[in-house]
Formats: sequence, structure tokens, C-alpha cells
Amino acid sequence: MTLRFDKLGVVIAVITAYAAFLAPFATFRANRIVPGQARSIIDALPATTGALLLAVIVAAALIALFRTPLLLRLAASVVALAALALLIGVAGTFLTPAGNTFARVSPASGFWILIFAFTLLLADVLTRLNLSPWARVGVLAAAAVAIGLLLMSGSWNDLSILKEYANRADSFWAEGSKHVTLALGSLFAAVVVGLPLGILCHRVEALRAGVLNVLNIIQTIPSIALFGLLIAPLGWVAIHVPGAAALGIRGIGTAPAFVALFLYSLLPVVANTVVGLAGVPRAANDAARGMGMTDRQRLFGVEFPLAFPVILTGIRIVLVQNIGLATIAALIGGGGFGVFVFQGVGQTAMDLVLLGALPTVALAFAAAIILDAVIELTATRRRVETS
Amino acid sequence: MIEIEGITKRYDATTVVDNVSMVIEPRTIAVIVGTSGSGKTTLLRMINRLVEPTSGIIKLDGADNRSVPGYELRRSIGYAIQGHGLFPHRTVAQNIATVPVLLGWDKARIEARVDELMTLYQLDPQEFGPRYPHELSGGQQQRVGVARALAAEPNVLLMDEPFGALDPIIRAKAQEDLLAIQKRFGTTIILVTHDMEEAVHMGDKIAVMDGGKLVQYARPAEILANPASGFVETLVGASERPFRLLSLGRVRDAVEQGSAEGEAIPGDASQRDALAELLWSGKPALPVKGADGKPLGRVTVDGLVKRAARPR
Repeated sequence: MTLRFDKLGVVIAVITAYAAFLAPFATFRANRIVPGQARSIIDALPATTGALLLAVIVAAALIALFRTPLLLRLAASVVALAALALLIGVAGTFLTPAGNTFARVSPASGFWILIFAFTLLLADVLTRLNLSPWARVGVLAAAAVAIGLLLMSGSWNDLSILKEYANRADSFWAEGSKHVTLALGSLFAAVVVGLPLGILCHRVEALRAGVLNVLNIIQTIPSIALFGLLIAPLGWVAIHVPGAAALGIRGIGTAPAFVALFLYSLLPVVANTVVGLAGVPRAANDAARGMGMTDRQRLFGVEFPLAFPVILTGIRIVLVQNIGLATIAALIGGGGFGVFVFQGVGQTAMDLVLLGALPTVALAFAAAIILDAVIELTATRRRVETS
Repeated sequence: MIEIEGITKRYDATTVVDNVSMVIEPRTIAVIVGTSGSGKTTLLRMINRLVEPTSGIIKLDGADNRSVPGYELRRSIGYAIQGHGLFPHRTVAQNIATVPVLLGWDKARIEARVDELMTLYQLDPQEFGPRYPHELSGGQQQRVGVARALAAEPNVLLMDEPFGALDPIIRAKAQEDLLAIQKRFGTTIILVTHDMEEAVHMGDKIAVMDGGKLVQYARPAEILANPASGFVETLVGASERPFRLLSLGRVRDAVEQGSAEGEAIPGDASQRDALAELLWSGKPALPVKGADGKPLGRVTVDGLVKRAARPR
């Protein structure tokens, strides 16, 4: 048997070698603000454990480098990721002097690059395995459970991010639920308004270009500028519309964040509704009319089900975009994970930034995988005819 | 009976259908033939009011087709189009059940009708009923499209180039199926095509359209023998005329006394096929057999050639 190189494996092996031997694995700081000192894998872990981790990484990188069976590659990536996840916690405990509550240990570039490299390997394997939508959601759930177990086991408790979390556990969940409410609520509002608007644009051609252009322009306004633009009108509404202030509508806070996210969400929803409806086969539409369906029956019985996967794609774009954008809401007092990001930036505490950023990324990632699976499930059942 | 009286359709300044009048007898097939842009499809679509005429009246069995709402009218008229227009997100059985469901038939009656039509079209209801259209071949999709059009037992069936997307072999089969079903149900069919061959083969009468006008409306033999204009003559195709004329007649009607050597031709075959067989075999005559296999006599090249001449 001759060994042949795997193209992606070469890249993974190169960055793994750099990250494992040259880049720092963890950073140690005497307190949360001072610059840190880099620690390599050997320095950051108890002697045998460090050597063991290096051995696992080298073995996994070799498996990635050559053309090997998919299941072996899958095992290599999962084992390497699990070892990294477990041992970064061990490094935290090992590096923190006993009884010292000011010292901070955080993952450094080498750790993140290794995570990236083996995630790349895992993603490549999963793509090549051509998993069904349900299986992909299953993998996501398994990963979520594994991370959840690690968090609950307390093995990461000596890492800086979790120390920041420990100080803010209550507000973390409060801001988290605000974040999700903002992202999902504005999405829901955008769907409620955008779907009928999209259908109207499809039916009334004169409206289409105008509406889409306006939404396009809104999309190009930078988010901070949009918040600024909304202060005046919403402030006016709060003062002059009875009951508005009682609902929490003010120039700053959740209301403008919600409105801004809603406005950004409209374009993908409306545009995808228009494109989806336009993509309904002409013959199917003609047959529906020719057989005596009323306009309403045709819309709900034929056009809408056929356009559904495309509309869902728009909703997926909006959800992922909103989860990311909702971070900015913290700037104007709208809450969400962005609160930690901006606090962290203000205090030059990167761990605090990560406390806000990592859950946001994880949420967006999970939302993308779940909605992709839903889109594929609906699309395979309603495949569009080719003729 | 369908009476089209002085129908005109204008879009802004262009007249697509220009003052067309014709009567389609019940239980017959009328084929509207013409080049693209001749207004044939628009004329068809005005019968079930997918297009509203600018002026003129269309009566179905004596009743103005504007006496009921358009969608109700369309539920009572079968409609089959090129590329079949099946709903890709519904199963074959659901597709066929479309109009019965719209009409509110009860479930048992719908199921019975769907099974009946699928069996009629040689599609096993158990096997094909739950499938989706993209899982069928082109010919099967087309059959489902026609079955769907016939589901609510309409008296009138409108077909817009229903066989246009099929390859020649499947198309011939689909044409034969349609003729058989038309005989069985006695449906009045109006079929639009640009294919003169199809028109001659299928039509009891042929309506030739050109530039929105009805140029000639007559039996196929009449169109072949006495084309009303140069356009009709071109459409018929000068080099094809004698063969098309022969294709209208059955061998049974050209049988002569006597016997001949060789493989017998079935009496139901067209005279054109018989001539082709004679020319290809190089024989001056071949025997003819009836449907029961009994000899009927013989058919000769000379006899057929005389029949292919322009009628006087």
C-alpha cells in the first residue's frame, strides 16, 4: 500500500505543526488586565500529560496528512478535539497558583489554531460522509451535549472566560435571553410583515422595484448610523403616542435595536419571497389557474409550498445575521451578549469580550446548521420539476 | 357543442385573435393549428376564460361562458398543457385529484375516480399513486397530466400542445391513447398544435389560424385537397400532401379482390403505412387480414397511388 497525501490534510498538518510546537498553548496573567506570558503545551501541562497531548496531536495530524479511511479521520478529529477541550481545562488548573483568585489562564493562539485545524478536518469528514439533514442536527446536538457536560463538570472552571462568567452568571443568562429575544422577535416581525409584502411585490410588478430598492438602501446603512437615525423618531413616538412609552418604546434601548434588526431583516425575507414565487414553474401556475383554482387557492396550494424552501433560505440568512447584529444593540442600551463585548473592550479584558462573542458565534452556527437541515428536508420533499 | 361567435382579443394596438367564429360539434376533436403567434393558444384560453375576450361570445351547450365565475367555469372544463404542469410538491394521486377536491367530492368518490383513471392510463395506482411527478418518465408525466384534466369527468377538454415535449415514439402512443379515451368518454376535445401531421391524425376538423384570423375550418381531407390559401398550402406541405391524405384512410377501405404473397397487413392500419410497407417490400401487392386474422383480400401499390391523388 502506498501512502498518498490528502490535499486538505497537508494544510491541516502544516498549521497543526506550527500551532503545536511554535505557538503558545495558554496565556498566564497575574491579573485580568496585565499582558500575559505565553506557555507552550509542555509548559502548560503536567509533564506526561503534555507529552501525551503532543502525541495525540501528531498522530491525528499524520492521519489527516495521508489519504486514510473516513472513519479513521473522523475518530482522529474527534479524539484530538476532545483531548484539547479536556486538557485546556487541566492547563487552567495546573497554571493557576493554588489559592490565587486574581491570576488568569486563557487559551492562547496555539490552542485556537489547533481547534480550528481539527474542526476543519471534522467538517471535511462530515461533508464527505454526506450526512442526512437529521444526522447533521444529531452531530450538532452531540457536540452541544459534550460542551454542556464539560461546562457542568467544572473542568474548565479555572479558565479565564469561566471566571468572568462566574462573576456575571446572573446577568449572562439575562443578557442571553434578551439577545435571543431580540434576534428571534425581530425575525418574527420581519416574517409577519415581509411575507405579505413579498407576495404583494410578486403580484404587483409596479411595486417590486421600488420596495426592493428602498429595502436595499436600508440594508446599506451602517447599523450604528441606523440606531442614531432611529433615536429622533422613536423618541417622538414615545412622547406623542399614548401608551408607547409604557410599552418600552424610547429613543434608546431595546426599541430602536428591535426596529433596526427588523428593518435589516426585511430585505432578505421580501427578496427571497419574490424570488421564490418567481421560481414557481410557469406550467404549474398555468395548470392551477386552468383547473379552476382561485387566486387564494393557488397562492396557498401551489405557489407558497413551492417557494417555501427559497423563503426559508431568506429566513436562515436573517436569523444568522440577526444573532450577530444583535451584539451591536448593547451600544444603545438594548442588552444582549454585546454588553459583555463592549464592557470587555472598555476594560481591555479580552476574556470578557470572548464571554460575549463565543455564545453569539455558537448560537449563529447552531441556527445555520438547524435551518440548513430544515431547508434540505423541505426541498427534497418538494423538489422542483426541471422541465 | 361549443359556439365561438365573433371573438376578438386585442392587447393595446395588437390584435391577437381577430373576429373568429366557429362551431365545434359535441363528441368531436377540433384541432387548432398555426404557427407561433397565430393566436391559437389565445383562442383556446378564451374558451375557459384564462383570457377574457375583447369582444364576441363563446357559448358552451348554449350557455354564455360568462354566466358563471371564471374559476367555476374552469373546474367544469378539462385543461392539459405542454410540459404537463403537474404540481411537483404533490403526489401523482393528489395531482389527479385536484379538480375533484376543488369541487368538494367525498373522499371515497375521489379515490375511486383516481384509481379508475390511473388504471385506464396503465399506471398501477398502488405503485404510482404515492410517487412525486419528478419520479416519473416524461411519457408517464404526460399521461398523469391528461388524467388530471379528465378527473372531474368534463364534457370539454382543452389541450395546448399536450404532446409537444414528447419524443416521437411516446407521442404516437399518447395520441392513440387520447383517441381511445375520447371514443370511450365522448369528450369534446379542442387541441392546439403547430404540427400538421398531428392535426390530420387527430382532428375530426382542423382550424387553421394565421395572424389571429381563422383561415380555414374544415375536415382534414378538405384542408388537404382544397387549401383555402397559400398559407394553408405551405402548412400542409406540398411534398407531404399525398401521404397525409392516405394516412386518413384505413387499409380496410382500399382492399381489392384477389390474393397476394407476403406478410398480411392489418385492415386497421392506415393506407399510408400500407403503402410504405408495399414500397419497402418491393412487391406490387400484399394480403390484408381482418382484426380476427381472416384474409380480407389484397392491397396494391396501384390502388393506393390512385387514392393518393388530389380528390376531384
